[in-house]
Parts: sequence; structure tokens; C-alpha cells
Amino acid sequence: MGHLILRRLLLMVVMLIGLMAIVFAISNIAPGDPARLAAGPDATNEMVEALRIERGLDRPIYVRFGIYLSNLASGDLGTSLLTRRPVLADIARYFPATFELVLFSIGIAIVLGVPLGMLGAVFHNRFADHSIRFVAVSGVALPMFWLGLMLQWYLALKLDLFPLGGRLGIMTPRPEAITGMLTVDTLLAGDFKTFREAIWYMVLPATALSLPALASIIRVNRAEMLETLNKDYILNARAQGIGPFRVVAAYALKNAILPTLAMIGLRFGWMLGGTVLVEGVFDYPGVGLYATKAAVSSDFDPIIAVTLVLGASFMLVNLLIDLTYALLDPRVRSQI
Amino acid sequence: MNVAETAAPVIGRPADQNGLPDSPGTPEIDRFREYRRMWSTFRRSYSAMLGLTIIVIFLILAAIGPWIVPFPEDALGSINLDRKLLPPSAIHWFGTDEVGMDIYTRVVVGARTTLWIGLTITGIAMLIGVPLGLIAGISDSWVREAIMRVTDVFLSVPGLILAVAIVGALGPGIMNAMIALSLVWWPGYVRLVQSKALSIRNETYVEAARSIGASELRIVFVHVLPNCMSPIVVKASMDMGMAILGAASLGFLGLGAQPPYPEWGAMISIGKNYLPDWWWYSLFPGLAIYLTVLGFNLVGDGLRDMLDPRQRS
Repeated sequence: MGHLILRRLLLMVVMLIGLMAIVFAISNIAPGDPARLAAGPDATNEMVEALRIERGLDRPIYVRFGIYLSNLASGDLGTSLLTRRPVLADIARYFPATFELVLFSIGIAIVLGVPLGMLGAVFHNRFADHSIRFVAVSGVALPMFWLGLMLQWYLALKLDLFPLGGRLGIMTPRPEAITGMLTVDTLLAGDFKTFREAIWYMVLPATALSLPALASIIRVNRAEMLETLNKDYILNARAQGIGPFRVVAAYALKNAILPTLAMIGLRFGWMLGGTVLVEGVFDYPGVGLYATKAAVSSDFDPIIAVTLVLGASFMLVNLLIDLTYALLDPRVRSQI
Repeated sequence: MNVAETAAPVIGRPADQNGLPDSPGTPEIDRFREYRRMWSTFRRSYSAMLGLTIIVIFLILAAIGPWIVPFPEDALGSINLDRKLLPPSAIHWFGTDEVGMDIYTRVVVGARTTLWIGLTITGIAMLIGVPLGLIAGISDSWVREAIMRVTDVFLSVPGLILAVAIVGALGPGIMNAMIALSLVWWPGYVRLVQSKALSIRNETYVEAARSIGASELRIVFVHVLPNCMSPIVVKASMDMGMAILGAASLGFLGLGAQPPYPEWGAMISIGKNYLPDWWWYSLFPGLAIYLTVLGFNLVGDGLRDMLDPRQRS
């Protein structure tokens, strides 16, 4: 296991450098002048020239990539033209909020998706199955930004059940920032009232964000359960008089869960991308909103940084999923 | 999908002259039987037929939309402040927007934009991804390693954020949004075609072809590529839906089509400022996106059941 983890970590470093190369290429496909792009639309010619020399943009491309990598390694992700702060500081401030939103969403998707997929398989081709399949098919087709808007319109604006957006009420005192994640920080401070409020503010964005993942998890788990329930060992378990609930929830689910796990990992990554859409709708202060604001005003460094951070998080999640896979299934251990 | 009608005359020919029930007829008849079997699989699925119906309506609207809408001059932008933000009515089925344009007109005309976007993104992604996947699948050397490693890196970033970054570099606009989405879409095809080609390459019939002296080029185009077609077609159908969703998302973020261009995502992007009182503004374009994507997904599912019966659940 230790050997495996080490090898995968090394592979991840190589992938990260690859990602940086792509991102570097993107900043070089920009029409016009990279120095002007970095300096922003309002910069004077002298400022652009100064920045060009400061960043080594007059040097050959492979030297520039080297400079770029060493800048990244020392934590220099550039400066945001919008917030006028180092991008690294901005990311450190916004990323925890995005991280807890995504965790909360994937939690919803797993807690609802796995049982619903099981139910669909158990009641195959009955009414329950058809309704569950409807959710599964609709979930991937609904634009999540539109779903978010509609939830906001109906549940927040019309029925006033949930807050319109944001992270916490304006008057609510913030807990001391330890992890940056409000839910964790409030719990650490023992402030359950603010904890509930923090969760409350996440419900609508998390619902919108989780629906496509929920749909795919239902789909995969249902298909896997259907296949597993037809296996001989299930028949054997039933014949031995093991209760139907135990057969489904313990015997069958254990074997059907692996492909579902792979889907969860994949969907986690897509959710990280989806925050770009949902955070804007709910004015939720995470990296998605940060990147969108930067993108519409041609503030280039933050977008690149967010791409790197989300890409690295996705790689890390994939690594964790693969390792869990290896833990759960000895057959996989020899393959990865 | 009208196989039954175009191929109808073939039925008249006697398929089995020697009277055996399953004897092979001429190749055309075999192919016809195969099509008929696939079509009957497809037709039996309620959801696949629903998807096909949605797509046919969508295609009709994309083809003749500009000529059947009640206010054709609103399609590309006109200003009629005397009828702005009217609720849905008999004259304006989906209401009107903030400058008095008929939303029904713009949703219908938007079908054409959407179809064009979906076809372009999926098409470019296939043009890049399929050849690369074939090369990676049949070559043994460092070429495969190089292609697959680059593919892996692309697949390890959430596509939407990468597309946002590319549009951020190129500048907002519908063309740039399509370029960006195409650039993040091709790796999926490489992965798919490579794994399929890899397994076909070791089949006995490919071995046989090689042993009688078929060139690598012939093996690729006569044996490998045709056998990769089914999964490619299924993925392309799904991707039409997903690409439409992606382009609408960029439009919504203000990075894709720019108003007053009739694009559904961009319409919602403006409509969101008019919630809750003028709800129809963002409701109807969203429904249009949902139904279209749903249609392509359902047809994709149906195609998979039809082309690959082993995967049917």
C-alpha cells in the first residue's frame, strides 16, 4: 500500500506539471500581448514594458516556462487587478468556502443517490423505479445555473424559506478563522447557532450543485445493483434465509458500490467546475465566483490560479478514490 | 431513422431461396435485417422515442424557426419599449423582455444557434479526438504514451473551468466559447477510441488480416475504425446535449454569446436580473435548454441499447 501511494503521488506531481504547461499555453494563446494582458486594460505603455521585463516576457518561451514554474513553486500566482491583492491570498480566502460547499453537495448526492439507486433496482420496472429514473434522467439535463435561479426565485424570493444568497447574514458575527470553513470554525468555537445559519445558507446552492451528481450516482448504482442482484451468490444468500434487507444492503451493495465510487470521484471534479456557475447565482463567496468575476473583466491571473487549484483538487480526489478502491478491492491493488 | 421506407423494395426479393429460416441472404438484406432489428429495439423504448420526438421538433424549429415566429424582427434585436416586460399572453406566449422583444420568438430562433453550437463543438472534438485515439490505439511506441499523458492531464481538470480560462484568454464571444469548449472536449474521444482500438487490435480477424499482408492503414480504416463507430455515435449524441449545456453555461456567465444574440444561456443571464417579478424572462429559455439536452441524452441512451445490446440494463 505504501509503495502504491508513493507511486501515485509521483504520478500526480508529473500531472500537475502537465497541467501547468497547459495553463501556460493558454496564457500564451491570448491574442495580443501577454504583458498587456497581465497589466490589465487600463495600464499605460510604460507599465506594460516594465511588467514585460519584470516577468521576463522578452525571453524565449522555454525560459519563460521555467520562470513560470519557479514563480508557482514560490507561491507567486500573480496579482488580481480587481481585488488588488496577491492571488494566493485571495485563493486562501475563497477556497475553503468552495470546498465546504462541494463537500456538502457531494454529501447530499451520496446520501440520496445510493439509496435511491438501490430502491430503483429492487423495485425494477415498477412505479418507484420509473420515478427514480425520471430524476436520474432529468438531473443531468437540467442546467444547474437555471435550477439555482428557479430555486432562488421560488424558495427564497417567493416563499422566503431560505436566504437569497451570500455566506452568512450581514449582522451575524464571524467566528475566528481557523480552517476558513465556516461550518468547521463555528463548530470549533462551539457556536451552534451560527453553524446552523452557515448550513442554511448552503442549502440552495448545494441543492443546485448536487443534482447532476445525484442523477449520475443513482444511474450507476441502480445499474450495478440490478446486475449484482442477479448473481448466483445473491440467490444463494436468499436461499439460506438471509433477510431481504440484509441481502440488498449488505451483500449486494458491497459489490455494486465500487463503480459508484468511481462515479462519485468523477462527479466531485465536475462539481468543482460547477461552482463557477452556482456561486455566481447565489453570490456565494468562493473561488468559482472569484474566477467568473475575473474572467468577465479580463483579470487573467486569478482565472489561471483557480484553474490550477481546482485541477489539483480534482487530481487529489482521484488519488483518494483510487486508493479507496485499492483498499476495498484486492484485485485492483495489483493493477494501479 | 426512416430505414423501413428507404429499404422497402428489398423485402420483395426472396431472402432465403433454399427455404432455411436463418440462411444468410445477400449482404444488403443482412444489413437491412440488422437495421430493422435495431430500429425495433429503439422503438420499443418509450424514453428513446420521447427523446427522438423532442429532437425532431428541435430540428424542425432550427430549420424553419425564423419563418414561423410571430415577431421575426425581434430575433436579432429590436427595441419596442411600449411593450416591454409583458407577462405571457395570447400574443406573447412567453412574455416580452426588457426592451420589448418577444421571448417566444427568441427562444424558437435560439434553437438554430444552439444546434449550430452543439454540432460545431462535438464535430471539432471528434475531428481532433478520434484520429488521436486511433493513433494512440494502434501505435506501440512513445507516441501512444505522449498522446495518452496529455489526454490524462486534460481530463484531470474540470472542463468548465478550463473553458472559462481559455475564454478568459481569448476574450468573450460565441466563437471563442465554441473554440474553448471544443478544446476541452476532445480528450474524451481519445480515451474512448484508444481503449476500443486497443481491444480490437488484438482480435483474431485483425491478426488474420495482418497475416495475409494487409497494411496498417488498411487495418485501421477497414477493421478498427468501423468497429469503433457505435460507441463514438453514442458518445456524440450524449455530447451534443452536454456541449449545448456547456455553451449555455458560458453564455450565462457572460463569456459566450453576447446579447442581443438569441442564445438561451445569455437570455437567462439577463433574465436573472428581472426575478422575481418578471419570472418568464429566465424560465422559458431554461426550459428550452432542459428539453433539448434531455432529448439528446434520451436518444443517446436509446442508441446505446440499439447498437450495443450487451450493455443494456
